[in-house]
This record gives sequence, structure tokens and C-alpha cells, in this order.
Amino acid sequence: MSHADDHDHDHDHAFSELSDVALRVRALETVLAEKGLIDPAALDVIVDTYETRVGPRNGARVVARAWSDPAFKARLLADGAKAVAELGYGGRGGEHIAVVENTASTHNMVVCTLCSCYPWPVLGLPPVWYKSAPYRSRAVIDPRGVLADFGVTLPEDVEIRVWDSTSEMRYLVLPMRPAGTEGWSEERLADLVTRDSMIGVALATAPGETA
Amino acid sequence: MNGAQDLGGMMGFGPVVAEQNEPVFHGRWESRVLANVIATQALGWWSGDASRFARESLDPRFYLTRSYYEIWFAALEKILDQHRLVASDEIAAGRSLREARKPERVFEAAGAAAALRRGWPSERDTNTQPLFAVGQQVRAKNMHPTTHTRLPRYARGRVGVVETIRGCHVFPDSNAHARGPDPQWVYNVRFTARELWGPNADARHSVSIDAFEPYLEPA
Repeated sequence: MSHADDHDHDHDHAFSELSDVALRVRALETVLAEKGLIDPAALDVIVDTYETRVGPRNGARVVARAWSDPAFKARLLADGAKAVAELGYGGRGGEHIAVVENTASTHNMVVCTLCSCYPWPVLGLPPVWYKSAPYRSRAVIDPRGVLADFGVTLPEDVEIRVWDSTSEMRYLVLPMRPAGTEGWSEERLADLVTRDSMIGVALATAPGETA
Repeated sequence: MNGAQDLGGMMGFGPVVAEQNEPVFHGRWESRVLANVIATQALGWWSGDASRFARESLDPRFYLTRSYYEIWFAALEKILDQHRLVASDEIAAGRSLREARKPERVFEAAGAAAALRRGWPSERDTNTQPLFAVGQQVRAKNMHPTTHTRLPRYARGRVGVVETIRGCHVFPDSNAHARGPDPQWVYNVRFTARELWGPNADARHSVSIDAFEPYLEPA
């Protein structure tokens, strides 16, 4: 990675401050490596894992499988981590996973008010808004208002269940399967499953809607 | 501790704004912060719970005005200093100025992918029985420890119902402070919004938390 990479994307923020942080991070990594406390190549593996290998496509495949295979869905709801391992997913940040199912009468939404707990093996690293004060403060007291921020309005008689997660148990929402998808392959179904629908701030994309 | 991290129920932060086509990392430095946190934690000298406490015990004015990875980095600097591994003059100099304790093993590239794939499960075997049963009413204790806890303030003193027993897990309140894993039963407890937020709250809204047994008492 070149020096210039440190400044990518930073221009929208306080440039000098963030470049200072970037320099300090680089300095710390150098010191840690000189002291034999880290293997920089191992750090590359960590970054590559979460930048290119693990992300919400994993969760989308899990959801598509659950929509297609009732026995898998039953196993998924019984023990999330064990079931997603069938598709090869698991590990750090998802050692124990609970899956909560949306229905016509119940909508689930996941938050971590105390930090940023999130099911890494199926969704990857959380987006900035999930870790931000607006979401963490409001999801538990005003979930309908948060849904409105995402352009989602649910009927008043739909019950909203908010799951305030901790590190030990991470949550994945199983969104409702959109109507008009009968007979679709798992691969095609997975394209309808957005990250936000698996956090519970959106619905799965309807056929014909732009994802 | 009652730090700035305990945000549930606070008001005034404005709407949730999602970034379109958000990259996983906003600049390389963010990715290196994450990786350094994971790799140094894997030395085994402190836990993820200790890292979390290092973040939430930052000055609330700092915590509420910095980006996520700035918070992570500040906490990493603090924890490395506390463990006498890296001091601030070394970060300023950009090089090691003194010897540090030698690790038994470092987090190495060869085993890194497999280690991430295995993860660090928190569930532990136990010969104890859970104190509370599914369906039982419990009250979250009114407690305000100055140390690490995972019981959010908004639930303290409130009555909910045990819906699921999650198993016995390493207790963050103890583990964060190097007092050992002290595994405890974890219960998923559901609170109605009216119990948490008062009679004007939405009747069709509830909040569930995963609470360690020492957070709860019979109600």
C-alpha cells in the first residue's frame, strides 16, 4: 500500500486531523513490529478477510437458503451459528448467532446500544450508521422513527421487537420473503436480500424493485 | 461504568444517516487500526472486554465527537501504555525506544485466516444450574458499577420476562479487569417499551437484552 492510500476518502472530514491519525497509526504499527508484538503480514490477512471475503453476501445466501429449505430454516432459528456453518460461515464476531424471523405481524430490528456488536461472519463489519450515536440512542426508544429515517413505514398493528445485542450473542434478522418469488432459485433470491434487511431497518427488495 | 458508550434512550443526535455505497474502511488507517486491535488482543494479555472498557472509559467529550476508529485507536494506545508495551514517546518517534515484554506467540499470517474462522467463543461448560427459568419475571438490578458492565442504564430497575437461556458465558464485568472469566448464565430478557419508557410508549414495541445472571434478581 502506498502512502497516498492513507488519505483516500479522508477529504470529506477534517483532513489534517485524520491525516495525523493515519500517521500515528502507521507509527504505532512500526513500533509494534519492531518489538516483535505483531506480524504485519497477519494484519494484511485480517484486512483482506473483512475487506474482500466476509460481507453481507454471506448473510444473503443464508436467508435465501432459509426461504427455500424449511428444514434449514428450522435449524437456523434453533441455532444460528451452527446452521450458518453449513454454508461455511463462522468465526470471529459470530461465535454465537441468534436468528430472529420477521412475519406479517412481527418486525425485528437489531442494535448494539453499548458498542457495535454485529454478526461479522454473515454481515461483515458494520456500517458507520450502525455504530453511530443517532442509531444506538434511538433504536431502543423510537424504532418506528428510525425505520422512517430509512424510508420504511410498517402498519401500526405490526409489533416491533428490538434486540439490543452484546458481544456474546449476535443477531441476524430473517426478513420476509417477497411475494412473487415463487420458484426462484436461491441465487436469484439472494439478490433481493440487502444488508439493511438483515439488520431490520429495511425489507427485502421486491422483485422488479432496484436493490 | 456510566460512560458515553451507554447511548440507549438518549435524544438529540438527529436522524440516522446512511452513507450510500459505503466502503468497508474509510482510508487504509482504519483497516490497520482494526487489524492491530485484533492482533494485539491475540497476544493473550488482555481480553476483548478489556479493549471495550478502554473505549468506554475514554473522556465522554472525546467519545461523542470522534469517529469509530479514532475511538478504537485511542483505546489501543491507552491499553498498550497500561501494559507498558508502547509509550506515547515511541509513537511520536515512530520507532521503538525500549524493549517490551516478549510474547509467547504472535498472531501470525500462517494461521490468521484459520484463527478468524474459529473465532473466540465465549460459552463455557458449567456444573451450575441457572437461577432463573424461561417465562419467569426478573428485575434488572439498579446498579452503577464504575467498572465494565453490559447492563444498559435504560434497563436498570426494570422488570422483564426471561424468554431464552443462552448458556453460560465468560462474564465481561470480571474478564475486562483481568479478574478471570468467571462464567455466568446469560438470559434473553424481554421488556415492554411501556416498562422501559413509560405509559405513552408504543404498546406494540419491546426491547430484549442478553443479561448475565448477576444483573438480575427475581421480581
